[in-house]
Amino acid sequence: MADASFDILIIGAGPGGYVTAIRAAQLGFRTAIVEEKYLGGICLNWGCIPTKALLRSAEIYHYMKNAKNYGLSAEKTGFDTAAVVKRSRDVAKRLNTGVGFLLKKNKVTVIDGRARISGAGKVQVSKDGKSLGEFSAKHIIIASGARPRSLPGLEPDGEQVWTYFEAMVPQAIPKSLLIVGSGAIGIEFASFYRTMGAEVTVVEILDQILPVEDREIADLARKQLEKTGMKIMTSAKMTGIKKSGDMVVASIDFRGANQEITVERVISAVGVSGNIEDLGLETAGVQTKSGTIVVDGHGRTNVAGIYAIGDVAGPPMLAHKAEHEGVICVEKIKGLDAHPLDKNKIPGCTYCHPQVASVGLTEAKAKESGREIRVGRFPFIGNGKAIALGEDQGLVKTIFDAGTGQLLGAHLVGAEVTELIQGFVIALNLETTEEELIHTVFPHPTLSEMMHESVLDAYNRVIHI
Amino acid sequence: MPTNVLMPALSPTMEKGKLAKWLKKEGDQIKSGDVIAEIETDKATMEVEAVDEGTLGKIIVAEGTDDVAVNTPIAVILAEGEDRSAIEQSRQTSQAGAAVQAPVQRPAAQASVIPLPGQQRSEPAVKTPLPRTNGRVFASPLARRLAKQRNVVIAQLRGSGPHGRIIARDIAAAKPAAAAAATTSPLPALMPAMADDAILKIYEPGSYEIVPHDNMRRVIASRLLQAKQTIPHFYLTIACALDALLGVREKLNNHAPLGKDKAPEWKLSVNDFIIKSMALALQRVPEANVTWTEAGMLRHKHSDVGVAVAIEGGLFTPVVRKAETKTLPQISAEMKDLASRARKRRLAPHEYQGGTTAVSNLGMYGIREFSAVINPPQATILAVGVGEKRPVVEGEAIVIKTMMTVTLSCDHRAVDGVVGSELLRAFRTYIEDPALMLV
Repeated sequence: MADASFDILIIGAGPGGYVTAIRAAQLGFRTAIVEEKYLGGICLNWGCIPTKALLRSAEIYHYMKNAKNYGLSAEKTGFDTAAVVKRSRDVAKRLNTGVGFLLKKNKVTVIDGRARISGAGKVQVSKDGKSLGEFSAKHIIIASGARPRSLPGLEPDGEQVWTYFEAMVPQAIPKSLLIVGSGAIGIEFASFYRTMGAEVTVVEILDQILPVEDREIADLARKQLEKTGMKIMTSAKMTGIKKSGDMVVASIDFRGANQEITVERVISAVGVSGNIEDLGLETAGVQTKSGTIVVDGHGRTNVAGIYAIGDVAGPPMLAHKAEHEGVICVEKIKGLDAHPLDKNKIPGCTYCHPQVASVGLTEAKAKESGREIRVGRFPFIGNGKAIALGEDQGLVKTIFDAGTGQLLGAHLVGAEVTELIQGFVIALNLETTEEELIHTVFPHPTLSEMMHESVLDAYNRVIHI
Repeated sequence: MPTNVLMPALSPTMEKGKLAKWLKKEGDQIKSGDVIAEIETDKATMEVEAVDEGTLGKIIVAEGTDDVAVNTPIAVILAEGEDRSAIEQSRQTSQAGAAVQAPVQRPAAQASVIPLPGQQRSEPAVKTPLPRTNGRVFASPLARRLAKQRNVVIAQLRGSGPHGRIIARDIAAAKPAAAAAATTSPLPALMPAMADDAILKIYEPGSYEIVPHDNMRRVIASRLLQAKQTIPHFYLTIACALDALLGVREKLNNHAPLGKDKAPEWKLSVNDFIIKSMALALQRVPEANVTWTEAGMLRHKHSDVGVAVAIEGGLFTPVVRKAETKTLPQISAEMKDLASRARKRRLAPHEYQGGTTAVSNLGMYGIREFSAVINPPQATILAVGVGEKRPVVEGEAIVIKTMMTVTLSCDHRAVDGVVGSELLRAFRTYIEDPALMLV
């Protein structure tokens, strides 16, 4: 090992870690990144990206099946599960290679192995049980990410009870599927498998699906999903599973009665928890709390020289949040004027059909905060582009502070809303009021016109409804 | 067509004034340039000069009326051939007009009178906050709206957003301007330490008489209260030997050439030397020639020295501008003129506003030393005591010298202890070695 000493050493090359490494290198730090499995982490290899590839296949399949709605004919439509999965894996592989290239281009030293903090500014790296030696760094940034949480009684076995790892590479589409948990991961798989023909049941312990989303939006998404034949049970608790041959019998506590559901496969999508184990945190004295590392707004832990960013530093566990935290962390180390991330301005996207996207406060949260609010709504059915697309179901909802006109939140459900939300994210970050949004020219004909109309509606000026 | 004479604005900030005295009666002939009335403002009494010719047809606002709003018609001048019947018509139309125009502040120049003397100077009497480098204030729309709602002056804030952009959290941290504005308005409502009723109860009825305050008294009260409440004062005292200066003064006065009226062309006072020394000391210590503003420190280029002049019922502080560039006889002559006009309350606002420091001398009353209240927005004021013979220790001996003790009051926001001390030391150098004033 020629160079064993760095300014910054990052543990984990997920989206948070590798972006942090590149930014650190840009700032002139001698930077190393340690990764034991895949450059790009879960996001790129087993999360965000390959699921989008699967969902794209499902979307096109959906259009093929509904070709006649567009005056087209498609007969004998079908799919090859192995080819769908292969495409998804190819996409991940391509991006994984891309990350390696970016790190090399930025002269980041990539260390292939598992890192463990061995002392102040020291990291031991091992590979397959063999030590690769000790590296030293002035600043150690932990970006070790998260992994699927498992519920007692619902331990994944990789055969009949899946996590997202297995769900991403099915050998065949199961005839029946139970998904436990209706967050973004659960709902995306539910949407994919339902489109591909599986009988899908979703069980959610809370009283709405997509629990972090605005209730009105989540309810609309639910209606659309149920229209496809998906069964959704909210306020329902999975109490246990029995395996019976090829099938799994799940017991569900629903509306005061116990129900049994027999399915081929179960996907456990009950959230993720931080990877805090075997990093040497205990010996270093780094403080942790409920499975995540405790940090301040600049990623600093209670131990000088040790930082944490991304999923392992707490929710929301989103790739784009991790990237920003990493950049803030290294810019602060550099001494730049880096402000802590405002978690209220982090958008969230779910790529089911219809899509869901949001940023800022939900209507309920805005009311809880004691503000007087104005709410604007505009349905897809009033938008020319949406109708032309054949996607006339959806809603754009905006929430303003009645006193100041501050945009507090935006919540969307419908086609392509994951691409639309960014307009509101910029508005929120630039601290616009309703006035600037009203004065902004939105191009016609686009779905984005609904964003404008929703703002107009909040101020009783809506045109197309 | 009868012409209305409007209440003039004597300074940019003037909103109301007192119509102190009419110098013409109804029916008097008026020529352009005649002084027709006297107006009392914040501090000064100003003469109102007619621009139209004719007869003073009617006095609308009686003399002694307080709080006459600027641009209110105060009299009507009839043109040749018009009689008083024209006034009724004119009043009706002007009232109708006034009702519409009331909210619009017409510039004083449009009124048919101009104040005396010399209001032509275009320099604003009130300093505005430092403009940003390119004149544009970068602020988020939300920050702008919050600032408006909370009465925060956005241009005076430091932004914490990217490139100094002012964002919502900067407004949350800012103080509303209402508090600041209250202290800079010409006549803020005073918060009395005790209510009038409570004070009157303490004294037996009939054991006192109540003299109503004139504008000057009210202004002195509010300005000095503002100064003491808002300016963190500290005081520096130093003693200066005057013997050399007195010698020089005697020589200069003895050698003053005689003018046309056979009187000496100058008779320099000790105070003239003090003004000059203060002006030169400020040039030597420019850090002390400053004014605090929220936006930034005003660093004055010239030494404009205000000099407190006691007058009946109050005081004025006329300003000797660019005093560092003026000779002692020039300063002396200017002070004589300013002081005599101050006593007659005949100073224009621009002659007593501004100033980068001030001098207050109570030596002639035998006061040994005292401390003065800063005259905002200046940052310093020098309180000058009597020049008297005192025993002074010099080496191991006690000698008798003419000593003068001066106390500098400093605005600590603008002038720190060391800077104030350097200013005083420079001042003493000039006083003790007046030959330095030559260079």
